[in-house]
Amino acid sequence: MSAPYYVSPEQIMQDKEDFARKGIEKAREVIALEYQNGIVMVAKNPLTTVFKISEIYDRIALAATGLSPEYEALRVYGIQQAEIKGFTYIREDVMAKWLTTLYSQQVGGVFRQWDAKPLEIELLICEVREDSSSNNRIYHVSFDGTFWEEQPYAVIGGKADSIVEILDQEHKEGMNIADAIRLAVKTFEKIESEVDEEERYEIVADTIEVALLDETRERRKFRRLLHEEIAEILTHET
Amino acid sequence: MVGMHDNATSDFLETLKQKRPGLLKTFHEQLRESASVLDDRGWEKPLASGRVSVASQVGHLLEGTTILAAVYKDGVIIAGDRQATEGFQVGERRIQKVYEVDTYSAIAIAGVAGPCIEMAKLFQVQVEFYEKIEGTMLSLEGKANYLANMVRQNLPMAMQGLIVIPIFSGYDLKRKHGRIFKYDPAGGRYEEEDYYAIGSGGKDARSSLKKLYRSGMSRDELLNAVTEALWDAADEDLGTGGPDFLREIYPTIKVIDQTGISNVPDSEIKILYTELFEKLKQ
Repeated sequence: MSAPYYVSPEQIMQDKEDFARKGIEKAREVIALEYQNGIVMVAKNPLTTVFKISEIYDRIALAATGLSPEYEALRVYGIQQAEIKGFTYIREDVMAKWLTTLYSQQVGGVFRQWDAKPLEIELLICEVREDSSSNNRIYHVSFDGTFWEEQPYAVIGGKADSIVEILDQEHKEGMNIADAIRLAVKTFEKIESEVDEEERYEIVADTIEVALLDETRERRKFRRLLHEEIAEILTHET
Repeated sequence: MVGMHDNATSDFLETLKQKRPGLLKTFHEQLRESASVLDDRGWEKPLASGRVSVASQVGHLLEGTTILAAVYKDGVIIAGDRQATEGFQVGERRIQKVYEVDTYSAIAIAGVAGPCIEMAKLFQVQVEFYEKIEGTMLSLEGKANYLANMVRQNLPMAMQGLIVIPIFSGYDLKRKHGRIFKYDPAGGRYEEEDYYAIGSGGKDARSSLKKLYRSGMSRDELLNAVTEALWDAADEDLGTGGPDFLREIYPTIKVIDQTGISNVPDSEIKILYTELFEKLKQ
């Protein structure tokens, strides 16, 4: 029997990182940004069956990009854990920080497992504030499990960095919902205009997914906007 | 990794059993462990052997009393009094027996308060859990059937005197009318077309509704009938609480129509009772 080739741990981790980055470069972007009444999440998503943005718990939503079977498993996992915690204790005890740590453990665990392929995903865990004495939270989880908080907006996906640059210029505090959605769409369009025409992603009401965490709603703050509602907002461009 | 690649079940009870088996230990399992009411083979000793039921062994338990539901032309009204008894004493004056399940349905529960509230809470979580995992709402009948299963699983407890009897009602978005489901302790699920009431004052409320109810009533007409039926239950049955003007405690009444569920505010119920008592005096 021949001895296995030696590969240094540095090399293994570097290969994994390169692999994951290559996957995420292809991932379509999702923007989460604060607006007047909470957080709005806007994703490039041509499908009406697989969502990139979903409700996890009363005040918590998950926005994800990358390989859909991978983030779908994490979505279900998050709902299960949140409901179990809320059932065991009380609903207010379920918080985004706690959920982010769980996600970080799962994603980081897979990344460090020697015989597993790293997850090709990025996540945003968004939480709308309980009342005016607390803050909205957006946590960003990377493919290797590291996470950090971002405010007042965060972007995941291939061209996230260029989108953040635009938002740095354009984002204003206390935007109303229509302005916030239009800003996200305008940013997507700007990024797409730099892409070759045949590879360009067309941004219309039917190819984007929009959901809100609206603090003025009752217990469940999450609401998904219908395509008609998105179209209505986009046609009234100011 | 643990957890993430487990089966993506949309059943919350299954999830709890897999991940937190201790939390959902049935009463029957707890009995088996404490063994006081089980014989050497782990079977329940028959009640006929002179043993009394667990309910009477552990002393007085809080018991909820009268709940009812009735269909009107745009939907359904579901209601319950606020009193729980502890033997011949008032155990709790402000207990809640009617719970919102989701936007279009509610559950009301009569029986021993502890397991009743637990079942309502678990049912509510289950319905919402399903909706989030699957991305679509369970049909009204799907929810009603799931509840039947929960009631059936409670049978060993019911045999020990810890009975839970729910009424489930809601607005059926497909059929476009309100519907009422009643249950027996064995998990039997039956639909009522017009109205139903159960609990210690349930029979009095039913007799009252039998005289007052007409099909196709408006919301306000049915609200009058419902408050009167709850009053009759409170008047005839010692366990059922009436409107309490001193402490400002009034029955819970929820209305469900195609726009969703809403509470009838205490201020409106207070007026309804004031008018009812004026009418009764004449």
